[in-house]
Amino acid sequence: MDTATRLDLYRMMVLIRTFEEAILREYHADKKPVFDIGAGAIPGEMHLSAGQEPVAAGVCAQLTSADAVTATHRPHHFAIAHGVDLHRMTAEIFGRVDGLGKGRGGHMHLFDPDVHFSCSGIIAEGYPPALGQALAFQRRGTDGVAVAVTGEGAANQGAFHESLNLAALWKLPVVFVVEDNEWGISVPRSASTCITSNADRAAAYGMPGRRVEDNSVEGVHQAAAEAVARARTGEGPSLLEVHTLRLWGHFEGDPQAYRHDLDGVPGRDPLPTYEQELRSAGVLDEAAVTSAAADASERVEDAIAFARRSPAPAPKEAADLVFA
Amino acid sequence: MSLTDASAPTTTRRLSTSKAMVEAIAAEMDRDQDVFVMGEDVGAYGGIFSSTTGLLDRFGPQRVVDTPISETAFIGAAIGAAVEGMRPIAELMFADFFGVCMDQIYNHMAKIHYESGGNVRVPIVLTTAVGGGYSDGAQHSQCLWGTFAHLPGMKVVVPSNPADAKGLMTSAIRDDNPVVYMFHKGIMGLPWMAKNPRSVGPVPEEDYEVPIGKAAIARPGTDVTVATLSLSVHHALDVADELAGDDIDCEVVDLRSLVPLDTDTILESVGRTGRLLVVDEDYRSFGVSGEIIARVAERDPGLLTAPPVRVAVPDVPIPYARGLEDAVLPTADRIRSAVFGVMGR
Ligand SMILES: Cc1ncc(C[n+]2csc(CCOP(=O)(O)OP(=O)(O)O)c2C)c(N)n1
Ligand SMILES: [Mg+2]
Repeated sequence: MDTATRLDLYRMMVLIRTFEEAILREYHADKKPVFDIGAGAIPGEMHLSAGQEPVAAGVCAQLTSADAVTATHRPHHFAIAHGVDLHRMTAEIFGRVDGLGKGRGGHMHLFDPDVHFSCSGIIAEGYPPALGQALAFQRRGTDGVAVAVTGEGAANQGAFHESLNLAALWKLPVVFVVEDNEWGISVPRSASTCITSNADRAAAYGMPGRRVEDNSVEGVHQAAAEAVARARTGEGPSLLEVHTLRLWGHFEGDPQAYRHDLDGVPGRDPLPTYEQELRSAGVLDEAAVTSAAADASERVEDAIAFARRSPAPAPKEAADLVFA
Repeated sequence: MSLTDASAPTTTRRLSTSKAMVEAIAAEMDRDQDVFVMGEDVGAYGGIFSSTTGLLDRFGPQRVVDTPISETAFIGAAIGAAVEGMRPIAELMFADFFGVCMDQIYNHMAKIHYESGGNVRVPIVLTTAVGGGYSDGAQHSQCLWGTFAHLPGMKVVVPSNPADAKGLMTSAIRDDNPVVYMFHKGIMGLPWMAKNPRSVGPVPEEDYEVPIGKAAIARPGTDVTVATLSLSVHHALDVADELAGDDIDCEVVDLRSLVPLDTDTILESVGRTGRLLVVDEDYRSFGVSGEIIARVAERDPGLLTAPPVRVAVPDVPIPYARGLEDAVLPTADRIRSAVFGVMGR
């Protein structure tokens, strides 16, 4: 892989991690000393994507803003990698008028039509709409691709299976991505799924399936290249599962008492691993690491400052916007 | 033993609503081997809202079963097990998720008894968390009890406090019909969510049932009937306490069940007060508030000396931002203004 691409992947992973760490900080800042989920500048459930950066960075590097992404309850990494407006996304997470949804949606409901991005808090329910976006691209004769994302837990939901069948039947330009972080909240993959690779399920629906091990951003990048090319050239959908890592809790405030693998988690963090790999390969030096961190931090803090400056929506307008 | 009015428990032991719920489930599991629990994160996690805490340790993974995220499959499986005579408790983590499994619920669970001419019973308890107030957005904050209550064939219970939560759970498990048990996150007494002091309260240690279909007068009063349910009972009681100082005497009726609905208790109360305010955290249109007002009007519109008033969620998805969500929920502020309104002040 060429140096520029590797650097781009690394910098994207750094940007995502920097964002998630900043949201983590802001989320907890005013929930102390006693954690109250409804308190503070960012209230509500918060599902952060730290550890899963390789999936979003690798897949979205193959996309343009004319392609669609439907993400999950854990959407930030895909939103950032797909080029969702960082300022307006952050403002939405803060529930402000300049947010993508003017404060109506929140962190699980980010919609940026400029880059065909959406997400849903209902498990696996982002899959079906991706089919329709792909259908629209197909009918309109663009070469747009729709990427539908779920977790491995969601792969046991009916919508997942119905969508795979329909996409294959209609040869839709879709790439189905499954992020296997080994956990669906407290339920380990072994307690929810009998087979070890969801890629095997693709065969049942008549499409190629591939699993990338080791949370490897370059592995994802390459596998996504094939799947996206296949979709773009009208050959139909593919399924790509990535063995990734939930670095933090399911949501913030999750005590993770159920999680027997916790001790091994820090050692599996993909960011230092990739950084080390790129340093050894002579692609990254100290200066490049420092500048990636500084650039990411500047963009993220700028977005947070923007969000904080934006006013809260007026309560008297709460019932607006139900209809067009 | 049966608890029919809110003041009945004679005990000083205090439990949170979630602990009271779990106590009832555990007692029934001890008593009846056919009772078992399944759902997402009901095992080691103990239920996202602590509705099953400790049950896995006590009863093991055969009777406290973590499921895949496959609501149609496991709720359907609970229905099938119930048809064979078991008494499953299936948890739908949030009522908002009913969309992915509603066919099993309303076309199967709710209709089998009728379609079979009464020959097949479906003794299942479907537990589910409802409600907002902590900025969880439009897909994780709904009550939706009106939707469930609208569909014939399932009982719907909506406890507001620990003692009722225990007694209604016991009744629900023992009932030979499907019972949807809807618990508001805000009444569970969770340490990680702001809570009304009423989410922890006295709970008798012994077995008892709170009959399904019997409302409670949570606070007697003479001026206005506030008919409400679940967390809104807490807000209504807070407002009633406050307005006693303004010489307004609110009677708070805690519905406790929507199906069957205790119309008599509502009518008797309205007969005494002549004024009706319905407070409901579900959507305003086509729901509980309209139903209650219709029942009063059907029986005798002359009972009302002032037009009935309702405080509900205006017909808008629950917004995320704090100020927006507060504006649509039936908060104490909105209840207070409505009481003044119905009193003509
Ligand atoms: C239909 C539905 N059922 C249950 C939930 C509750 N829920 C939210 S996230 C989650 C676990 C999802 O696991 P997975 O798909 O592996 O994604 P991850 O959280 O690991 O990213 C569950 C059960 C939901 N949001 N929607
Ligand atoms: Mg997972």
